[in-house]
Amino acid sequence: MLNVDNLVVSLRNGPQILRGVSFGIEPGEILALVGESGSGKSMTSLALMGLLPPALAITGGTVSLGGTEITHLAPHQRVRRNCGKVAMVFQEPMTSLNPVLRIGEQIGEAVRVHDPDAVPADRAKELLDMVRIPDAAHQLSAYPHELSGGMRQRVMIAIALACRPQILIADEPTTALDVTVQRQVLGLIRDLCDRLGVGVLFITHDLGVVAQMAERVAVMYAGMLVERADVGPLFRAPLHPYTAGLMACLPDPESDDPLLATIPGAAPRAGAVPDGCPFAPRCVRAASRCRSGALPLVHGGEGHSARCHFPLTAAASA
Amino acid sequence: MGRYVLRRTGAAIATLIAASIVIFAFIHLIPGDPVYVMLGDGATPEQVARLRNRLGLDEPLVFQYLIWAGSALQGDLGQSIFFETPVTQVIAEGAETSILLAVITMFWIVAFGVPVGILAAIRQGTWIDQGLSGLAMLLASVPTFWVGLYLILIFAAGLGWFPSSGFPSVFDDGGLYNLRYLILPSLALAAPNAALILRLTRASMLDVAREDYVRTARAKGIPPYRVVLRHILRNALLAVVSAFGFTFAALISEAVVTETVFALPGIGRTVVQSILRRDYPVIQGVILVIVCLYLIINLLVDLSYRFLDPRVELE
Amino acid sequence: MRQLLLTWTRPAVSRPMTAVGVLFLLTIVIFAAASPWIAPYPPDLIDPVNRLQPPGPGHLLGTDHFGRDTFSRIVYGARLALLIGVGVVLFALATGVPIGVLSALFPALGVVLMRMVDVLMSFPSLLLALGLIVILGQGVFNAILAIGLIYLTTTARIVYGVALRLKAEPYVEAARSAGAGTWWIVTRHILPNMISPLLVQASFVFAFAQLGAASLDFLGLGAPPEIPSWGNMLAESRIYITRASWLLLWPGLMIVLTAFSLNLVGDALRDRMDPRFREMMRR
Repeated sequence: MLNVDNLVVSLRNGPQILRGVSFGIEPGEILALVGESGSGKSMTSLALMGLLPPALAITGGTVSLGGTEITHLAPHQRVRRNCGKVAMVFQEPMTSLNPVLRIGEQIGEAVRVHDPDAVPADRAKELLDMVRIPDAAHQLSAYPHELSGGMRQRVMIAIALACRPQILIADEPTTALDVTVQRQVLGLIRDLCDRLGVGVLFITHDLGVVAQMAERVAVMYAGMLVERADVGPLFRAPLHPYTAGLMACLPDPESDDPLLATIPGAAPRAGAVPDGCPFAPRCVRAASRCRSGALPLVHGGEGHSARCHFPLTAAASA
Repeated sequence: MGRYVLRRTGAAIATLIAASIVIFAFIHLIPGDPVYVMLGDGATPEQVARLRNRLGLDEPLVFQYLIWAGSALQGDLGQSIFFETPVTQVIAEGAETSILLAVITMFWIVAFGVPVGILAAIRQGTWIDQGLSGLAMLLASVPTFWVGLYLILIFAAGLGWFPSSGFPSVFDDGGLYNLRYLILPSLALAAPNAALILRLTRASMLDVAREDYVRTARAKGIPPYRVVLRHILRNALLAVVSAFGFTFAALISEAVVTETVFALPGIGRTVVQSILRRDYPVIQGVILVIVCLYLIINLLVDLSYRFLDPRVELE
Repeated sequence: MRQLLLTWTRPAVSRPMTAVGVLFLLTIVIFAAASPWIAPYPPDLIDPVNRLQPPGPGHLLGTDHFGRDTFSRIVYGARLALLIGVGVVLFALATGVPIGVLSALFPALGVVLMRMVDVLMSFPSLLLALGLIVILGQGVFNAILAIGLIYLTTTARIVYGVALRLKAEPYVEAARSAGAGTWWIVTRHILPNMISPLLVQASFVFAFAQLGAASLDFLGLGAPPEIPSWGNMLAESRIYITRASWLLLWPGLMIVLTAFSLNLVGDALRDRMDPRFREMMRR
């Protein structure tokens, strides 16, 4: 369905922010994109949306949806050419809705563009029902500031669904919400994905959420994907030392040790990414050949691969 | 909603009362006996006593204020010493000119400042934006009377397109055609204020364009012009509308000078002449009326906010 | 040293307009400091034979209706422009800063003081200044007070806003809970952090003081007519605009360029300051 091939995003006349990212998403599937802040997760999603800020541009690779290339198209151009659609739920529900427009108008606006034959108000109510907002007919005339954070994020999901997307991007949709609300919103996304057959790119830094939500995982570090796998194999036997490091940081319910493990050092900033493996300066297994040249793609079973000279599990080299 | 209106109105009335005390105190802050200052050295004791009595200067201060404020509420602002007519009549004679001048000036400000500000914001960073922003800052640094003098020099004295001074009422011969007397003054008065509105429109457009909800709107796939009109402009204009209050205050200030340059029979020129003539009741009356107007306009701006921005009610 | 040099020259390279503005302001300062050596004639030398001369070799920028040399009066006018600007800025800061800081620190006092500032702000600025001139009488010093009163209000408002925010900063709250006294907090935490907003405000006040003073001069209520100020020169040339339009050009241009340069400098300073305070300084 969605196919991202060797995507490169750079600052204009500057360093690369994304350095050759490739992945695919099938209908009804959730792919989790995991990484620390600044690793390029959000840039990936904005690039897929065609909403990169003016200072950034796609300088290599392609994005295609259902066989049509959409790499350099902004959302309104995608509408005009009638190609496949990507919609997005943003991280911050408190600021992502226009404060001076009613909820109904903000959903209706998307309906009018993507569903020209529908009655905007009816379709908007249907969408609010779909995201399980109680008393939907009444809420259409509410302003965003009258709703709670969880409700606003549901409205954001309704707006995204109004675009009739094949792919839904959810960029840390629950980090700003309370824990109980978090679970409801995650359940809603999971449910919509199954029911509507939408492919979801779920962006998070929280491996705990990944285990509940996703079928497949891609781990991002310093603008590149270091490991891809199904959820099970990844948690059982990670290949890349960085993935293993992330998992060691998860709190272990069976351990009494109050101190959480951390990965020493900090992720490199864009423009200061070292040659060779970007993780080498922080990696206990690194050797001299990690610090220059291309990285080999190693495989550990069906659909499981990583870019590393010294993978943790003895794996078949490509 | 009702409580909001009430609260804002209450605050405006409180400010008005405080301001009226300042205006009242003004006459007592003038060094020396104001009666002698007003009448000059050649005044006879009889004249002095009569004026002193008319101004109520023999009463205790608090009484004097209450009498003054009480008659002001009933529309009596006292007598002009120079004209020997009621102050309200002096003000009424200048009102037509000043109100028409303000309205035409506001029209220029809105008609140029807002659209050009939008243009500069949409073309941010290009030479169009840099040129317009630079021009705006230059215009904001220009004294209105200097612009006025050059307009007279070029369009009145040189080309003869517009009259250089005066303003016959629109109710006299010529009717609305007499408004041509106000074209040059209103342009001079509009120049620096339109520049400020331009800069404000541009800045708040750029601020709003960075908001998350604008990104949401783009993500919906609606056409870019609709993103600008419905999402960016609408929110940006909130800041611009709130600036109309102080734009009005700036207009009145500068109208004092502009009316003098173009010899317009307005309230502003009346103030200046009354200062030179030491006609204190007129000065007090005019300032009281202007402060009152300013507070009313600010109140209306505040209340119109309620209709433009649904969040206000919460604050 | 190199670092210091870089921090001062880098903005000049990236903002050529501002650099030109700074150069112009330097010229004004030189004019004011060295007027007797730069001006070819005394500013008040009357020469009835050569009155209303157009610009030419004898009189670079021509002469006025008394035959006084325009260029010399322009040069001497720089003195008054600087005096007014510095005076108004000092007055506005010396009154506005204490009012704003005290209001922020002591809310009960703040209600009263800021309410008074509101009342003053409900008077259109030039009328406020004119009223004060009526009370105090005409003169350079009184013009400074009258214009300073206008900017007392805006300065107090800005200082109040900045001080309120600084007061809520975690490190100030920490210092407070650690038992630091008010004086300590003001001198160690609030004033030092206020320097850049105040610099920006000072350059805008300096700019608008020029326009205010010119308006007072023009109405005949500013500097006494015998003093060569740019505003007075414009006021005097008004009657002769059709006969000697060049008299209008130079004094006006000096006022405009001075205000414009200061606005450019203020803008540049604002763009370099803490973004949290930038919004408050907008005009």
